[in-house]
Amino acid sequence: MPDMNMIKSLNSALSISLKDDPNVVIFGEDVGYFGGVFRVTEGLQKEYGPHRVFDSPLAEGGIAAIAMGMGLNGLRPVAEIQFADYIFPAYDQIVNEIAKLRHRSGGEFSSPVTFRTPAGGGIKGGHHHSQSPEAQFTHTPGLKVVYCSTPYNAKGLLLASIECNDPVIFFEPKRCYRGPFYGDPHNVPTWNGHPDADVPEDHYIVPLEQARIVREGSACTVIAYGTMVHVAEQAIKNSGIDCELIDLQTLVPWDRDTVVNSVKKTGRCVIVHEAPKTSGFGAEMSASVQERCFYHLEAPIQRVTGWDTPFPHTTEWDYLPSPQRIAEAIKKTQEE
Amino acid sequence: MTDRLTATTAPYTIGVPPFRPGEEADFGGAFKEQPGDLWRPDPATCTSDDSAPHARGLLRVLNDAGEAKGEWDPKLDASELIQGLEYMMRLRIFDDRMIKMQRTGKLSFYMRSFGEEAVAIAQTMALETQDWIFPSYRQPGAQFVRGRDMVSMICHCIGNTEDNVRGRQMPVHYTYKEGRFISISSPVGTQFSQAVGVAMASAYQKKDEVCISWLGDGTSAQGDYHYALNFASTFKPPVILNVVNNQWAISTHANLATGGRTFAERGLAYDIPSFRVDGNDFLALYSITKWARDRASAGMGPTHIEVYTYRAGAHSSSDDPSAYRPNDEAACWPGGDPIQRLKDHLVLIGEWDEEKHEALAQKIDDEVMAAYKEACEFGDLASGPYPPASTIFTEVYETVPWHIQEQREELGK
Repeated sequence: MPDMNMIKSLNSALSISLKDDPNVVIFGEDVGYFGGVFRVTEGLQKEYGPHRVFDSPLAEGGIAAIAMGMGLNGLRPVAEIQFADYIFPAYDQIVNEIAKLRHRSGGEFSSPVTFRTPAGGGIKGGHHHSQSPEAQFTHTPGLKVVYCSTPYNAKGLLLASIECNDPVIFFEPKRCYRGPFYGDPHNVPTWNGHPDADVPEDHYIVPLEQARIVREGSACTVIAYGTMVHVAEQAIKNSGIDCELIDLQTLVPWDRDTVVNSVKKTGRCVIVHEAPKTSGFGAEMSASVQERCFYHLEAPIQRVTGWDTPFPHTTEWDYLPSPQRIAEAIKKTQEE
Repeated sequence: MTDRLTATTAPYTIGVPPFRPGEEADFGGAFKEQPGDLWRPDPATCTSDDSAPHARGLLRVLNDAGEAKGEWDPKLDASELIQGLEYMMRLRIFDDRMIKMQRTGKLSFYMRSFGEEAVAIAQTMALETQDWIFPSYRQPGAQFVRGRDMVSMICHCIGNTEDNVRGRQMPVHYTYKEGRFISISSPVGTQFSQAVGVAMASAYQKKDEVCISWLGDGTSAQGDYHYALNFASTFKPPVILNVVNNQWAISTHANLATGGRTFAERGLAYDIPSFRVDGNDFLALYSITKWARDRASAGMGPTHIEVYTYRAGAHSSSDDPSAYRPNDEAACWPGGDPIQRLKDHLVLIGEWDEEKHEALAQKIDDEVMAAYKEACEFGDLASGPYPPASTIFTEVYETVPWHIQEQREELGK
C-alpha cells in the first residue's frame, strides 16, 4: 500500500464516493477548478465534471442551506467550509435546520449532508484560522461529529460519514494534513513512513461511533482527538508513565464502552483538546466518566485544553496544550 | 464589461471565468466607456433611478491618454494629486518589502493591495478626518492617508513586542483608532453591515461623520452584504458601501459570485443611488466618494459603489494564481495600473517627470527600509521577541475574570 498524507487520503475518499455513488456532489469555496486551498479536492472536478465538483459563491450560510436542500431531494452532498472558523454564517442552517430536519418532520425528511472543515491551530493562523468549534456542534442534537487524526482514519471516517444518512460535521486537523504534530513547532515530520500513512487505495470504512486505542497502558487513560492525539502520544512518552491513549474519532455519539472500560482499568483519566476549556467537549467527557466510573477513579479527572481566550497568533505555542502540560496532568493523576 | 461566459451543459449552469491557464487572456482592448459619458447629478437630490445609467456604465475621469475629462473631474490641485501618487507608491513599495519579509520567514503571512492601491487611498482622501474607515484586508492604504507610522504597521505584521494588536491577529489585521480605522477581522464581509451601524450611531449623535466600508465581489455573496444594503436602504444613515470588484476571490471568479449583472445594479433594487466606477482611476474614485460624502452630509443617506478593478497579485502569500488564471491576465486588463495612470496624468499636465518620480520612489524605498529595520528591533517572527504570553489572557473582557486568571497562573508566564 502506498504512503498517503492526510490530504491525499481524504482526496481518495472523495474520489471513491464520487465514483461509487452518482448522487454524491462536492462543492464549496475554491474546491472546484483550483482543488481547494488545502488541495483536498485537487483533480476531482477534472475527473468527475463541473456539475459534481464545483465552486460555490462565498457564502457559508448558502452552502449549508443548498446542501440541505440537495440532500433532502436525493443527493448526497459533501460540502467544504474552507476553515472551521468560517462555519458560523452556516450555524443557523446547520443547528436549526439540518440537525432537526428528521425530527421535526416526524421522520419524513432527512438530509445526509457531510460538512468537511479544516480545524485547529498550529499554523500561525491567529483568531480566525485556528479555532476548534467542535463543542458548538456536539451540543446540537441531530448532528454526528467526527474528528480525524491520521491519513488512515481520515479516509475511513470520511467514507463512513458520507455514507451515513445523518448529517455529519467532519473536522480535519489542518496542522496534520502533511504530517503528524508532536508539539514541537520546529519538528515538522511528514507522514512518510508513519504506520498510519499506510492507506489502502480501495474503499474501506472506519466505523463512526468507535474510538481507537492508539496505545495500551495501565496507569492512566488519556483521551484526545485531532492534532492532540499526536501531542498526547509525545507527552506520554515524555512522562514515562504507562498510559492508555484513546483517539475518540467520533465525538457524537462517542464510544462509551472503549472509554469506560479503559478508565475502569486505569482508574485515572486525562482529557486533552485544543478548544477552550469552558463548555468544551472535555467537560462532557469528564462528567460522563465521573458518572460511569466514579467508584473506579483513584484521582480527579484532569483536563488539558486551550485557554478560555481567543486563539492567538504569535504566542500560539503558549496556547495549544503542550506535551509538557499534558505530561504534568498525567503525573498529577499518579499522585493521589 | 467582460461577457459572462457559462458552461451551459445540463443539469445546471456553472459559471466560468473568461480565461483559464493555457488560454490567451484578451479583454478586447480598452474600455468602451469613456469619461464624460455619465452626467453628475446633484448629490442632494439624486434618486436611485437617476443613477441607473451609472450603475450599468462605468464612471471614468482619466481617459486612455491620461487626460482628465468630463464633469466628474474633481479638479484637484497638483499638490493633492502628487500626494495621492505618493501614498500609492508608498503602499506598493511597502507591500513589496513585506512580501520579501514573509518569504524570508520574518512574517507568517501577507496580503498585498497590488493593482488596487487607488481604492482606499483616493477614497479616504476624499473624506474628512472625522469619517470612519471600516476596511477589509485590502484597504491598508487608508492608514497612510490618516498618518499612520510605518514602523507601527510593520510591528503589527510581525506580531512583535510593539504590535498594537499584541500578536493576537494575523498580519494585515490592522487596528488604528487614532485614524478612525476600525480593527480588521478575517471573516469576510462582516464589517459591511457593522459600518451601517457605525453610521446610524453618527446620525443618532448628530455628528457630521460618514462611515465608509468595502468588501469584495466574492464576499458580496455573503448575507452581510445584503443586510448592509437593506438596513442602509431602510434607515438611510451616512454610509458609503463599496463592492471592490477585483474579479477574483482567491480562485473564484466574479462570474461565480453572482449570476446577476453588474454588482452596482443590485443597489438600485434597494433604492440606493449606485455607481460603477473605474477602480484604477484615482480621479474617478476620489470624485464619486466626495459625491457620496456630500450626499451623506446633506442627510440623504447611503451610496453604493462598485469599484471595478483587477486583483493584479495573488490573493495572499499562501496563494498561487497561476493555477487558475493565465499569468499575463493582469497585464491584459484594460484598466491599466492605478499608479501609472495617475503618473501619466501628472506628466501630461506638466506637474511631474521621470526624474521626480524616480527620486520619490527612492526616497520612499529608503523610508520603508528604515522603518523595516526599526520595526525588526522590536522582534521578528523568526527569532522574537514576541509579546509576552500574558497578552493571551488580557482584554478578553474588560477585567480578567477568575477562571482566566487561574489559567494564566497555570501557564505561569
